[in-house]
Amino acid sequence: MAENAAVSDALGQGHTTDERSSVVILFSGDSGDGMQLTGDQFTNTSAVLGNDVSTFPDFPAEIRAPAGTIAGLSGFQVNFSSDELYTAGDSPQVLVAMNPAALKANLSELDAGGVIIVNTDAFTKNNLSKAGYDSNPLDEHDAFSGYELLKVPLTTITRNALKDIDSLSTKARDKCKNAVALGLVYWIFSRPLETTVRFYQKKFAKMPDVVEANTRALKAGYNYGNTIEAFSGRVSVPSQSVVRPGTYRRITGNEAVVYGLVTAAQKANLPLFFGSYPITPASQILEGLSALKNFDVRTFQAEDEIAAMCSIIGASFGGSLSATASSGPGIALKSEATNLAIVMELPMVIVNVQRGGPSTGLPTKTEQSDLLEVMYGRHGESPIPVIAPATPSECFAYTVEACRIAVRYMTPVFLLSDGYIANSSEPWKIPEVAHIEPIEADYRTDPEGYQPYMRQEETLARPWVVPGTIGMEHRTGGLAKQDGTGNVSYAPEDHEHMVRTRAKKVAQIADFIPDLKVEGPDEGSLLVLGWGGTYGAIREAVARSQAKGYDVARGHLRYLNPFPSNLCEVLKRYKKVLVPELNTGQLSLLIQANFAIKVEKFNKVQGKPFQIREITEHIEKLLD
Amino acid sequence: MSEAVQEKTLTRRDFVSDQEVKWCPGCGDYAILAQMQKVLPDLGIPRENIVFVSGIGCSSRFPYYMNTYGVHSIHGRAPAIATGLKVANPDLSVWVVTGDGDALSIGGNHFLHCLRRNVDLKVLLFNNRIYGLTKGQYSPTSLEGHQTKSSPMGSIDYPLNPLSVALSAEATFVARAQDSNTKFLGEILRRAAAHKGTAFVEIYQNCVVFNPTAWDHTTNREVKDDNTLYLEDGKPLIYGKDLDKGLRMNGLQPEVVSLNEVDESELIVHSESEDNPHYAYMLSRMECPDMPLPFGVLRSISRPAYDELLLDQVEQAVGQKGEGDLDDLFKSGDTWTVE
Repeated sequence: MAENAAVSDALGQGHTTDERSSVVILFSGDSGDGMQLTGDQFTNTSAVLGNDVSTFPDFPAEIRAPAGTIAGLSGFQVNFSSDELYTAGDSPQVLVAMNPAALKANLSELDAGGVIIVNTDAFTKNNLSKAGYDSNPLDEHDAFSGYELLKVPLTTITRNALKDIDSLSTKARDKCKNAVALGLVYWIFSRPLETTVRFYQKKFAKMPDVVEANTRALKAGYNYGNTIEAFSGRVSVPSQSVVRPGTYRRITGNEAVVYGLVTAAQKANLPLFFGSYPITPASQILEGLSALKNFDVRTFQAEDEIAAMCSIIGASFGGSLSATASSGPGIALKSEATNLAIVMELPMVIVNVQRGGPSTGLPTKTEQSDLLEVMYGRHGESPIPVIAPATPSECFAYTVEACRIAVRYMTPVFLLSDGYIANSSEPWKIPEVAHIEPIEADYRTDPEGYQPYMRQEETLARPWVVPGTIGMEHRTGGLAKQDGTGNVSYAPEDHEHMVRTRAKKVAQIADFIPDLKVEGPDEGSLLVLGWGGTYGAIREAVARSQAKGYDVARGHLRYLNPFPSNLCEVLKRYKKVLVPELNTGQLSLLIQANFAIKVEKFNKVQGKPFQIREITEHIEKLLD
Repeated sequence: MSEAVQEKTLTRRDFVSDQEVKWCPGCGDYAILAQMQKVLPDLGIPRENIVFVSGIGCSSRFPYYMNTYGVHSIHGRAPAIATGLKVANPDLSVWVVTGDGDALSIGGNHFLHCLRRNVDLKVLLFNNRIYGLTKGQYSPTSLEGHQTKSSPMGSIDYPLNPLSVALSAEATFVARAQDSNTKFLGEILRRAAAHKGTAFVEIYQNCVVFNPTAWDHTTNREVKDDNTLYLEDGKPLIYGKDLDKGLRMNGLQPEVVSLNEVDESELIVHSESEDNPHYAYMLSRMECPDMPLPFGVLRSISRPAYDELLLDQVEQAVGQKGEGDLDDLFKSGDTWTVE
């Protein structure tokens, strides 16, 4: 196979190769066209080749909306680069459009001068009308001026390449057209085919004819690029020159949460109990963990969100490291039980993969609008630590951190992810397992002097006593209680004491977490303060403005409750503070309420991540 | 580890907690609590391995009075909490104490799913056909027309029958007992404890304040024997003050016959272990005054418990893939190394 590619290259000497430092490709087609898989394969190949990669899948909430329509489109954007990347790119330079709808929906996003690869076979009268075209745009002379349009009969190429594979139906053979498209893109960007061929061999191990068909289609696409004269040139994106040594793999935010939970349980030497109810975009965490039972992972697909939350309370009481994952609507259903967990003072982690709300909202799109929900969306005084990783790979370390805080302080902890980092991927430097600090999870077994709500002086944590321990039988629950004994008490002073103690316990976690670090000038005109999945766009935007000479610094919060103890002091060193958020100003509200510091808000609620240029423009507008 | 304790014989006193019991005087809960405390020492389960989990309502105060581990949780959710607990720690003997409102109204969903999964829990539903703790509103088992504070013109809800619900939800053990018949209650609690899987027991419980006449027909000396049928496995269905009444099938329906007129051989013979729940369901539908109310074990079949199956899968996965190794996990899939 590798030889084949080499032979093809030798034949294709008529083509020039242009070197670029980064390219963004958008693969777009029907949700049944295999665009996620195609994009995924391109990304893996590029990562293995040594590029930095960042991806952003964009798929509809419906499993199979009507084929050929814009509603049924599924897209996968990949940014690959010789330099470090922080986002999947503002806009693509290459659009692979598998049908008219894909062209119609995405053309306006494409950079000027960009390349469009279309499957001409899909431009039938029926598909054109479903996409809302009155006539075939490919026939119009000026429709694509300013772009390079490559008209490729993908279905015809596929059928020709696979015509003698009789064991597969025409329909099954036609499904391989995404492999032809991928092969063609591999040729354009000088990528080897091995990674993908290996993938086919593994994925379809039991169906050798499917492996053969996909491999052949992939090569057909590659050779098509090599043979025809339509292309102005190939593009190479060399591998990164400066990368920290180590072994890498790609990881999405949801995968990283799965690995983080398993790692935390192993590091705490506890079984992991994970109770969850399927919900987009968090379900992959349940799916991922249920495949890891050999790590003593006990997964429970509950009857509803409430039961999922309650089951992890039971499991935590029973001595497991326990966790659940959901999204905004599910977190709302969990809120009553979350307060039971707070009052029972048991360790567990609640993952909220945020999506566009309110109500069912935008299930497959991203948003940061649940910050106030997890902070305050419960009855009573209900303090809970909140941690938000900034990137897909950070989801690993901060999941472990959330578990560590939960166990150390005997409290439920929220981990706030979002649809963007949950589904996006980037390279992850695989950590040395031995270097990850153990989590000290000591059950108390000494009945001498034991009281259920006695507290450690430093952390205010109560002891974790697991049923089955002799001589330490005790009762706990949701009723107000007396500190120490844990006995039910309605005494006014007991209630106030407990409310304040729980608040203090959470607040003083600020002593345990690191200070907020600032990138850029220590003081000055503007600090851009972000949190969560907007990290990449903010980081790149600030870097660009700094390069242009703007006096701007940047800080990114991973700890939202409590805030790092230096936060107020940091904010006061700048004349202005800009808080970009994918909501209408939730962190801004917390900052203003806590520190009485006026902040400049920059908000977007379109179900989409920030573009770098949107933030740059905002920074520069504030400073000009 | 618990051998030392097992050797020491536990008594009723060992299960009495230091908390003052705060149910109303005359409440049926006292009798159930006393029976439980009496039965537990005989089960041979170390005290530290017993957990009571409850929801909200009068019955749900139960765990506070038991000197075992306990969780007084939130309304309707005890089965879900108990499920997590049992899966985390399968050596425990986990008891759920709930009421008609807690289990069948706000917690209906958890109740159903706990039963169908057959989690190894003992679920005791104290049925008094009223909301007691909130001071007297109608419950999902209140009868049609019941006048309460929230139904002054009479309830227009059709009541649920807890036994029928449990059977429809694939329960493997379904029984009924009553607070006032303490000896029989004790026997049923023992049977429930011995069952592997969800053991569901409906306990008729008298709320002396808000619904004191609900169970008169089963407690009044004059009439109770003619209104109740005590089930015994393998024995014909015979009841009545003079044990002169029996049940036989008439077509597809059971009918009451007099043993003075009908031979015993024609009667239905009770069988707990029918795999098909039709017969148990038929029993659950019997209501006074036309038919006697059945007490005892309607159904007891053997089916693997959820917690057992779940841990089997863990063991199987370890068998197939070996104990999980994080390094291998992280390096699964495509990796690349930068020197």
